[in-house]
Amino acid sequence: MSHPTVTTSPGAYATKDVAARVVGLRKVYGEGDAAVTALGGVSIDFLAGEFTAVMGPSGSGKSTLMHCMAALDEASGGDVFLGEQQLAGLGDTQLTLLRRDKIGFVFQAYNLVPTLTARENIELPLSIAGRKPDPGWFDQVVDTVGLRDRLEHRPNELSGGQQQRVACARALMSRPEIVFADEPTGNLDSASGAEVLGFLRRSVDEHKQTIVIVTHDPVAAAYTDRVVFLADGLVVDELREPTAEAVLEKMKVLSQQAVAGTAAEA
Amino acid sequence: MLRVTWCNLVVRKLRLALSAFAIVLGVAFVAGSFIFTDAMGGAFSGILKGTTADVEIAPKGANDFDSQQDRRTIAADVVDKLEELPEAASVHPYNQQQGVYVIDGDGDLVGGNGPPGFAFNYGDTVAITGDPILELAEGDLPSGTGEVALELSTAEKAGYEIGDEVELVTAGENPKLHATLTGLMRFGSSGGAAGATIVVFSPEAMQDLFFQGKDVYSGVSLTAAEGVSQEELRDAAQPLLPNGVAARTGDDMVEENEAGLQEILGYLNMFLLVFAGVALVVGTFLIVNTFSILVAQRSRELALLRAMGASKRQVNRSVLVEAFAVGIFGSTVGIGAGYLLALGLRALFGLFGLDLTDAEFPVTLRTVLVSYAVGLVVTMVAAYLPARRGSRVAPVAAMRDEVALSEASLRRRMIVGAVMVLGGVGLMMLGFAREGGSGLALIGAGMLAVLVGVALMAPVLGRPVIVALGAAYRRMFGTVGALATQNSLRNPRRTAATASALMIGLTLVALMSILGTSASASTDKSIREALTSEYIVSNVVGTPFSPQIAERIRDLPEVERVVQFRTAIARVDGNTGFVGAVAPEGLAEAFKLPTLGDITSTFRPGTVLVLEPDAKRRGLEVGDTLSMEFQGGKVDLEIAGTFPAGPLPAEYLVTPDTLLKGGLEPQDSMLFITKAPGAAGDDLRTAVDEITRELPTVTLKDPQEFAEERKAQINIFLYLVYALLGLAIIIAVLGIINTLALSVIERTREVGLLRAVGMSRKQLRRMVRLESAAIAVLGAVLGVAMGVAFGVALQRAIADQGLEVLSIPWLQLAIFVVVAALVGVLAAVFPARRAARLNVLRAITTE
Repeated sequence: MSHPTVTTSPGAYATKDVAARVVGLRKVYGEGDAAVTALGGVSIDFLAGEFTAVMGPSGSGKSTLMHCMAALDEASGGDVFLGEQQLAGLGDTQLTLLRRDKIGFVFQAYNLVPTLTARENIELPLSIAGRKPDPGWFDQVVDTVGLRDRLEHRPNELSGGQQQRVACARALMSRPEIVFADEPTGNLDSASGAEVLGFLRRSVDEHKQTIVIVTHDPVAAAYTDRVVFLADGLVVDELREPTAEAVLEKMKVLSQQAVAGTAAEA
Repeated sequence: MLRVTWCNLVVRKLRLALSAFAIVLGVAFVAGSFIFTDAMGGAFSGILKGTTADVEIAPKGANDFDSQQDRRTIAADVVDKLEELPEAASVHPYNQQQGVYVIDGDGDLVGGNGPPGFAFNYGDTVAITGDPILELAEGDLPSGTGEVALELSTAEKAGYEIGDEVELVTAGENPKLHATLTGLMRFGSSGGAAGATIVVFSPEAMQDLFFQGKDVYSGVSLTAAEGVSQEELRDAAQPLLPNGVAARTGDDMVEENEAGLQEILGYLNMFLLVFAGVALVVGTFLIVNTFSILVAQRSRELALLRAMGASKRQVNRSVLVEAFAVGIFGSTVGIGAGYLLALGLRALFGLFGLDLTDAEFPVTLRTVLVSYAVGLVVTMVAAYLPARRGSRVAPVAAMRDEVALSEASLRRRMIVGAVMVLGGVGLMMLGFAREGGSGLALIGAGMLAVLVGVALMAPVLGRPVIVALGAAYRRMFGTVGALATQNSLRNPRRTAATASALMIGLTLVALMSILGTSASASTDKSIREALTSEYIVSNVVGTPFSPQIAERIRDLPEVERVVQFRTAIARVDGNTGFVGAVAPEGLAEAFKLPTLGDITSTFRPGTVLVLEPDAKRRGLEVGDTLSMEFQGGKVDLEIAGTFPAGPLPAEYLVTPDTLLKGGLEPQDSMLFITKAPGAAGDDLRTAVDEITRELPTVTLKDPQEFAEERKAQINIFLYLVYALLGLAIIIAVLGIINTLALSVIERTREVGLLRAVGMSRKQLRRMVRLESAAIAVLGAVLGVAMGVAFGVALQRAIADQGLEVLSIPWLQLAIFVVVAALVGVLAAVFPARRAARLNVLRAITTE
């Protein structure tokens, strides 16, 4: 751990459970001279029932952090805990089961299965596990995302916003311990983006769902409870109860620091 | 543009490798057929040249490579006159006997049933090659009827050494001979006899054993004196010869025999090329599919090229150049593989006694040219449609996210397919109405048209199959099964094209199995219904045997009657005809042929019975004269009636004296035995067994066993055809692998997503396997359905030619489908593993 680490203050959530914990997480791509450090030793706690946004300029490592936490990518060092479960050292089968049962994921590009209807897509993680969805929960989720009348349509018959809502419903269907969303509004217009974010917000408020999103949009970040800022593979700052203005301000400062840093190096 | 094409080739080499492999297999079959038949031709031509002297004298039609044992001989005084010819340096009268076989120490026939066996006398005749025809390699020359020499490879196969007692079976006067092996001889300049066994006696012994001790000869070989040409010697010898005996120059004789040989090899080549054609048609489907998928995957890139100013033609050409490279590569490797295949064919035909171990396997310029032409034409034609479709991508498509290629509507495909099916049926019907090669060609072309038509309609025809399978999948495998079904329904054209390749292979397999079981069932029926005798003595492959056997059996007290059946080949109206000879009273006694009526009064020497369907088709009437050209001359016969197809392996029935007139030595092919009243069947069996036991060429059987033996022959042929069709099936399986591999690549992101939301590797592999099995089952179901349709049609069409009974082996057909499903699962191993190994994160973020 030669890298300096910034840890977020623990006092604010002393009364809440930790849904996910990242300890000294490092991710290096490539080897030798070509090695690129994406994460230089990140430690963060994500609280249960909280809506967190991870922000940062391009290349700050925010997506890598999310992929490592969602068991989609392997860390080079450090550790990830989902609840009590330590990710390091798990084999493919265990990671698969973890993704299936404990994690929900929403992608920027929706990633629905084109041959399946909206309903089938929503039920997919459950049906892969060979389980039936709980009808009450299904109805609740479907009503929250407002897709009741689109359930039998296939993805190519849905708008981008609708597709992303299907993807959100899919992520929530198995009642995962944590939902990760990677730029969920990146491909959407502002109205559709607002729908999706509003839906995620409601899931946190009404169902105590833990959600972590990666975004570079201050407006999206304003929907969350807490914003964590990454730069150059390290946590550099955080903001609670963010507003779009406050986030924007923070980002400006951060990017100026980055520019200054680059200039200093030169 | 060429650079772009080249880069594409390198990048997509794996995907192209599989379609190139289809070309490799197809071309290999073509090249292999030519190389193999060339090798056979070379080997036999070598034997011909190495065994022919400057001038050969023989009764007309006798002693050619395709002659039967001739009963005509040349008297010794003719030889004396020839001796005085100043043009002849030496005169070599010789005797030869066909149907002399060596029995090895275990009592088995050397070389098995199939390759011919000859006996010659030794001599010092020199062939036109300048080498002696027979040359002592080891030991001494035999003398007297108690001593024999064997050709080197014959002795080796039999395991006999000099000094051993050799057992022989002959079709001549003495069915069984014993002689001491005194020497080993080299035969012909090439040394081999292509699997035929050769036995050598002294000249006197040959006459004593096979020519009733008379001083007569089968033929005379002349060696020209110094400075005398073959023609001069022939012209000098001819006036000395009696009527019906001809002198031929060695060159002419080799040429004539080679022409006959080439005709037979031509049939063999055609037979093999039919399978090559099947393999290539199947390969075409694979290539069309591969290029369609590649073009679809590259459509954005093609659109970009168009947007940057490439013309339609350039885009089109870039795809076709790619196809050309694949064709060149596939053909080149195919020629190499063809050489190996020819060696494989050598091993396969070796099982039937054709020994080409010493033969050269030449790759001639013609083989190379034909192989490249076939490989390139097939690849280019197959790539043409996808290339054209690729060039139609609009430039603006480069800017869009997803590019949909324009595809001909399914409706149009259905119409074209239906037209092809109807046209094909029409061609088949025309073919059935015709005779011979052109009829078969029409039937084949018709079947091909029907198959391609069905393949075109397969996206629609196959849907119910996939949907039904999908219901089963969903029940058995849940979501994974449902996803697999959806995937196979996703691109119906692609699924159908992949399945169609398998369909064609399985259509033919199913058709052959139906024809095979129908032939077996018809054999059963005809033997059961038409054969009245209790026992049959015959040779498995129809090799004739000594008439002495019939005489001995006739002498048994348990036997009431023995009917001898002989066979011959004759030219009738310009076609080869299979002629059976049987005494009129024998025919009436051994067979129950109700349509014949009282034939004993009409069927007499000088008359012929014609196979009923043939007579009908050719408009032959009772009383007409039929001219049969045997090797010994033409015999005019009056048609006395017709006989139904079935029990007797002949197209014409004549009385035995007709064969004698045709110059043929009396040798039996089958004996039909009726037991004496009161005699016990077992006693008769024991008694006949006593006679036939020592003769491995013949066996005694009851009608049931006789039928079984004939059915076993049918099955051997079936297995041979299955083995040859196997290549087409392999190509079809490659097609499935190819389609799946390309589909997996195409759906990388989806695969990533499924893994991301918790699908295990095992489930993913199962999904790919199920999709593969669905494609395979679709192909098998369509194939079996087509096979049954063709089988029923063919059986109906030739029912009167001995295929009376239609028998469909449902169980076997069901097994084909199950095996196809398993093969589908196996085909998915590689693509499934590839899919399962994809890095989840990278997969989900691919473009």
